[in-house]
Amino acid sequence: SVQAHKEEDNPEKTMEMNGLTPVPDSYDYDLIVIGGGSGGLAAAKEAAKYGKKVMVLDFVTPTPQGSSWGLGGTCVNVGCIPKKLMHQAALLGQALQDSRKFGWQFTEDVKHNWMTMTESVQNYIGSLNWGYRVTLRDTKVTYENAYGEFVGPHTIKATNKKGVEKLYTAERFIIATGERPRYLGVPGDKEHCISSDDLFSLPYCPGKTLVVGASYVALECAGFLAGLGLDVTVMVRSILLRGFDQDMANKIGEYMKEHGVSFIREFVPIKIEKVEEGTPGILKVTAKSTTENQLIEGEYNTVLLAIGRDPCTRKIGLDKVGVKINEKTGKIPVNDEEQTNVPYIYAIGDILQDKLELTPVAIQAGRLLVQRLYAGATTKCDYVNVPTTVFTPLEYGACGYSEQTAVEKFGEENIEVYHSHFWPLEWTVPSRDNNKCYAKIICNIQDKERVIGFHVLGPNAGEVTQGFAAAMKCGLTKEQLDGTVGIHPVCAEV
Amino acid sequence: GKNEYDLLVVGGGSGGLACAKEAAQFGRKVAVLDYVEPSPKGTTWGLGGTCVNVGCIPKKLMHQASLLGSALKDAQHYGWNISQPVHHDWSVMAQAVQNYVKSLNWGHRVQLQDKKVKYFNMKGSFSDPHTVRGLTKAGKETVVTADNIVIATGGRPKYPTHIAGALEYGITSDDLFWLKESPGKTLPSFILYVSLECAGFLTGIGLDTTVMMRSIPLRGFDQASHIYKHKQICFTTQQQMASLVTEHMESYGTKFLKRCLPTKVEKLKSNRLQVTWKNADLNTEETDSFDTVMWAVGRAPDTKTLNLETAGVKINSETGKIIVDASEATSVPHIYAIGDITEGRPELTPTAIAAGKLLAQRLFGQSSELMDYDNVPTTVFTPLEYGCVGLSEEAAVQCHGSDNIEVYHAYYKPLEFTVAERDATQCYIKMVCLREREQRILGLHFIGPNAGEVIQGFALGIK
Repeated sequence: SVQAHKEEDNPEKTMEMNGLTPVPDSYDYDLIVIGGGSGGLAAAKEAAKYGKKVMVLDFVTPTPQGSSWGLGGTCVNVGCIPKKLMHQAALLGQALQDSRKFGWQFTEDVKHNWMTMTESVQNYIGSLNWGYRVTLRDTKVTYENAYGEFVGPHTIKATNKKGVEKLYTAERFIIATGERPRYLGVPGDKEHCISSDDLFSLPYCPGKTLVVGASYVALECAGFLAGLGLDVTVMVRSILLRGFDQDMANKIGEYMKEHGVSFIREFVPIKIEKVEEGTPGILKVTAKSTTENQLIEGEYNTVLLAIGRDPCTRKIGLDKVGVKINEKTGKIPVNDEEQTNVPYIYAIGDILQDKLELTPVAIQAGRLLVQRLYAGATTKCDYVNVPTTVFTPLEYGACGYSEQTAVEKFGEENIEVYHSHFWPLEWTVPSRDNNKCYAKIICNIQDKERVIGFHVLGPNAGEVTQGFAAAMKCGLTKEQLDGTVGIHPVCAEV
Repeated sequence: GKNEYDLLVVGGGSGGLACAKEAAQFGRKVAVLDYVEPSPKGTTWGLGGTCVNVGCIPKKLMHQASLLGSALKDAQHYGWNISQPVHHDWSVMAQAVQNYVKSLNWGHRVQLQDKKVKYFNMKGSFSDPHTVRGLTKAGKETVVTADNIVIATGGRPKYPTHIAGALEYGITSDDLFWLKESPGKTLPSFILYVSLECAGFLTGIGLDTTVMMRSIPLRGFDQASHIYKHKQICFTTQQQMASLVTEHMESYGTKFLKRCLPTKVEKLKSNRLQVTWKNADLNTEETDSFDTVMWAVGRAPDTKTLNLETAGVKINSETGKIIVDASEATSVPHIYAIGDITEGRPELTPTAIAAGKLLAQRLFGQSSELMDYDNVPTTVFTPLEYGCVGLSEEAAVQCHGSDNIEVYHAYYKPLEFTVAERDATQCYIKMVCLREREQRILGLHFIGPNAGEVIQGFALGIK
């Protein structure tokens, strides 16, 4: 198509900086979005609303184990959605136990069937993939299931599964390619281990599992696997939930330990070998201590790696158009309008440097960006006080500063922390823990005791946190918090 | 002074206990009188008031039991193999709930003791403005005098005494939570939120439940004390929410007999109850038999036995409730009233507690802060819960005019319902805003799971 433009429109158009690909002066599309995930799709649909000609490219490189999925990105396929559904399955297992105390009677022997659950979950995801394709069609957004990479100014090459290449040009681009799980870089990791990319569609029960990592992905997966009745161990290199309030992180870990998850602290795997074939087979893991000279070994059916995620930015031709990335992390630095160093190329979502890796953030950033580009809006995405929830067995909702960062920023003498344990009413009758649920708010003494951090550990933490986040955005102070009447009896009234 | 106590609280419920304990913090000499007149069926309970014994607490626990029944069904979709059939045993649940409530009674007594508040298990009545006569069950009398008196005696369920057999054969929420055996096939009659909540959990634990209503769901709220002067909290005129909630209940098996008025209740030889009613639509008379008939036709304050005239405390002659000003003072300067017994206040535990604490702080702690009854969030714990804060759409229109209001609303499906193949038709959210500029939010309404958890934080935002 580039060739066609060159001949038809302006044969005298000068060559671009590298002298190889000319800058087209009329484009195939107003906007091309590379990556059909939470951010990408939101941006594309928004642009179509303003009558723009939009294309979305989405492609999933299969995992080392061969897993792949449809349109929708991480959240829909191998993130938030299947995670929450499996978390729910685990919670229901707990509910079954509670229900006996509330008078429900059924056989003692209750087992979980992995395949039944996974099939249901995958069916639901399939319906979402389908729904997105229909929405794109209805909003007249062109969708190609192809791998997009820049080959020159305003030009990308799209390669589909069969290897067929096509070139497309656009006035503007949004990169929203997201991330993929990191591997350890030790013998046997890619051959024998799985990641979250594989777990949610695993066609057999994972059995006795070793989860490597201490991220929220690691803890959430370990949590629900244990809740489904599996033998789960978590191997942690140093601390849990880096970046989160450590006081809360430790409470989460304690709870998981007391509820059937084993932890191996301060070890990293150095070798994974298969000792028996099967679905699942048996793997032998050798791990080394990070503090002393000690090696340990263990056997597991499945090893799940959850040690971090890396942005998909190194093989999309960014060098060809001069987009700067952080060479160490692969993340793309942008200004407060999501613009890269190349004016017509923007980026949103998990690939951004120093921004939160959350679906709602990507969606919001994508929509606002498009509104600024095509609808004359000026609102920028507000990355401050973004609420989030970790769906560990005991859920953790948070918004704003952790205690550590508040102390760092404002000084210990200038913050006041109010906290309380609470016992959800629904836990009384089944005699569940009465000192595990916990809530904490951090206030800035110098600013009318404004609430700058909110943390809650307990059931339905996400539901509880959402409204508080809205209130914090309104500038909630401790006095206002005290002056608001509680709803009784719910956890949130604490 | 000449009075024995600095503060006497009549009524050991949510408001009364909160007020008494707060006053004790200031080193004051405080006494609490609490007494439970047995229900017509003979049910009685310990210290703590309605919420703890026959309200919020047992209600929420039984609601939870019913939700767990749904969870059992969902669990199968999520891969849990549970052998059918699954049964619910009322007595296991009732015992567990009653044991928990009793532990709360005990806890309250210990707390009063720790805070050196004197507790009398006696029924109080005024002898003069500073004197209350307490009578034990056995008839023993004690006289208590105090500088300040707080009336917090709450309310009790009403009986439709004009219906033959209503008093003899029917029960109320006072009895339901203390039944040792299953109520069986139940008819909770008339519609108030109490009725819907109870019908909801009874259906959820597998009982054949029918709700008989005179007119439309939650219509009763229009006349209920939830409305006061210019301010309306969200229970009123929420026909839309009410119909979503009842639609959901209907789809789960609760039967509704709409526009029916019971005329009599008789006992059959089998010990079952025969209810006769008039169907206003068809203009016919119908009957059916039930194991239990539960009345939920409203609650009324027990002010007659208090002898308020002797003290000079004025009540609203229509409702029987005590008239108070913004500082909870009655027509007699040193006599106050808080909680369900007060005219024009929401009948909610958290407001009674907050009002009680603030009152104690004003009396003994040099505070001047008054209770803010605006924008109080609340939740109805029907099978599909309804949480709200602020104005209803109608109230907002009344206050500001329909041209100045914008309503945002949406139906949604909780993720957890997808795999469970549950119907989310009634999951709904509505936000009522001012139309101008920043579109300030006046009211928020949410129907769905965990409605209370959802609404609480937004209540802060609205404040």
